[in-house]
Amino acid sequence: MKITDILEETYSALSANKVRSGLTMLGIIIGISSVIAMVSIGQGAQSAIQASIQSIGSNLVLVTPGAQRGPGFQVSAGRGSARTLTQADADAIVKEITLAKAVAPEISGRYQVTAKGTNTNTSVIGTISAYPGVRNVEIDQGSFVSDQNVRSLAKVAVLGPTARDDLFGAGADAIGQTIRIKGIEFKVVGITKAKGGSGFGSQDDMIFIPLSSAQKFLAGEDYVTTISVQATDSSSMTEIQTQISDLLLSRHHITNPQLADFSTLNQADIVATASSVTGTFTTLLAAVAGISLIVGGIGIMNMMLTTVTERTREIGLRKAIGAKKKDISLQFLIEAIMLTFIGGVIGVILGWSISFGVSYLGILQTSVSVSSILLAFGVSAGIGIVFGYYPARRAAGLNPIDALRYE
Amino acid sequence: MIEVKNITKTYSSGTDLEFKALKGATFKIEDGEFVAIMGPSGSGKSTLMHILGALDTPTSGKYYLDEKDVSTLSEDELADIRKDKIGFVFQSFNLLPRTTVLRNVMLPLIYEGVNKSEREKRATEALISAGLDESHFLHLSNQLSGGQIQRVAIARALVNNPSLILADEPTGNLDSKTGEIVLGTFQKLNKEKGRTIILITHEHDIAEHAERIIHIKDGEIVSDSKSHKKRII
Repeated sequence: MKITDILEETYSALSANKVRSGLTMLGIIIGISSVIAMVSIGQGAQSAIQASIQSIGSNLVLVTPGAQRGPGFQVSAGRGSARTLTQADADAIVKEITLAKAVAPEISGRYQVTAKGTNTNTSVIGTISAYPGVRNVEIDQGSFVSDQNVRSLAKVAVLGPTARDDLFGAGADAIGQTIRIKGIEFKVVGITKAKGGSGFGSQDDMIFIPLSSAQKFLAGEDYVTTISVQATDSSSMTEIQTQISDLLLSRHHITNPQLADFSTLNQADIVATASSVTGTFTTLLAAVAGISLIVGGIGIMNMMLTTVTERTREIGLRKAIGAKKKDISLQFLIEAIMLTFIGGVIGVILGWSISFGVSYLGILQTSVSVSSILLAFGVSAGIGIVFGYYPARRAAGLNPIDALRYE
Repeated sequence: MIEVKNITKTYSSGTDLEFKALKGATFKIEDGEFVAIMGPSGSGKSTLMHILGALDTPTSGKYYLDEKDVSTLSEDELADIRKDKIGFVFQSFNLLPRTTVLRNVMLPLIYEGVNKSEREKRATEALISAGLDESHFLHLSNQLSGGQIQRVAIARALVNNPSLILADEPTGNLDSKTGEIVLGTFQKLNKEKGRTIILITHEHDIAEHAERIIHIKDGEIVSDSKSHKKRII
């Protein structure tokens, strides 16, 4: 029996019962399309989170204060609220950690900010000129806080676009205008570019002022809330992290690293953690979709068994006119595979459309990978083989005499 | 040529119960004969037909079809014998539903691996020999009358050019008038094309259309004689 003949037989068998074939295929279509859509949405979420993490800078080690924990005490104040990192610590890091490409200490806090008749509550970050390079902040208009500003305790401010919009109206020219932070006047010298990103709070609703000014006029003390250390490349990050820990431990006279009054956060770790979380979610979604695929496969088996029973006499006839076991089992197996394969093709198209729709509607930037399509095809054909094998074997095993007599 | 030597068939159901459907049948059928195997139900004629049609093998004894011993073949080898040497006509027609007449007749050739244009040519020839009008070739099998359907089935049995056509109660589902037409078709095929035909029936009236009647009862051949021919053509 030639393969073209088998395909022709298959086509005529499937088209003889269009509604039933269609409904059976629907199970596979839903299964395959949901696997494709879920995986693409999962991967989209993963890349969105990674982009969000990358937007705060690249190859960063973040040093943040934490309350010192005495032995036996498990209570600690919220991270960032403690004041254990000082300007001197930041200076020491700049001096001692030679592997670091740039170091940007900052002090941040939320303050009421006013401008002519408007006011907003936003975060104010006191920092130095290295900050934009370290934290991926780009200047749109004017300039960022300069070293000169820091040295001279200048009352200048750089606004994020959202803060600018809130204070002066969308797109207004704010350069040269005056804002008041905690009642103290600051002159606007620059506007940063919009970064978007929402993963870790809006990066656009911020006001940057010189570090020294923030410490003196706003906080009243010379502590810092975060020291961002940028490594030259990702391979040296772990080493920098260790060096900083050792340096600060000795500066703070702490012998047990468990009791450190600060913490260091390696950006690679954040990315890895986030990736593993989204990876788990993707697996979970794909597993749920995979279950529906199995249910679809059982639907195929059910239909094929019904078909074999219904066509018992036909099988008997085919055997009587010379069909071998192999011919019969191949015919029914190919019928099952054809159902799942066509279902798979439609499922891939549908899944692709869903993920395209999700991207198009701006919910999430999804991407359908070639590997997930190949996997879907493989799985659908595999399901056809697995769930078609038993009915096909049953058909092939029928005794022609009994099959011909079957009523 | 068919040669059956002392064949028996025993069905055992359970441990002790044995049923002897055939108790040693021996006969010869030459090429070009038209033989009726006649017997009441339960006589073993169906069992004999299954063995002659290579659908089953005897428990003991020998069956030679064209000098080839068929009695000891495997399932797949039997399928090959059926494909090449035997054409079946059934009481219940067994055409594929929702399939055209032509495709139904071409079906045996698919398993022979004959290519498509050759298949169509041979199927057309077979349908014409079976006396079906060309206007019906593309009709679906369920759009035909009983007599036409049985002639399509005869064409299907002819298409692989078999050594033997086995007709199992071919008129059983037809009224007597259409039955006569179908039996006439067999006589014509036998006389004009020299086909070897074995007609299995329980009715004497039908059996008389053949040239020779082998009468079987309780698994044994009770008579083997020339018939008082009922010639239609």
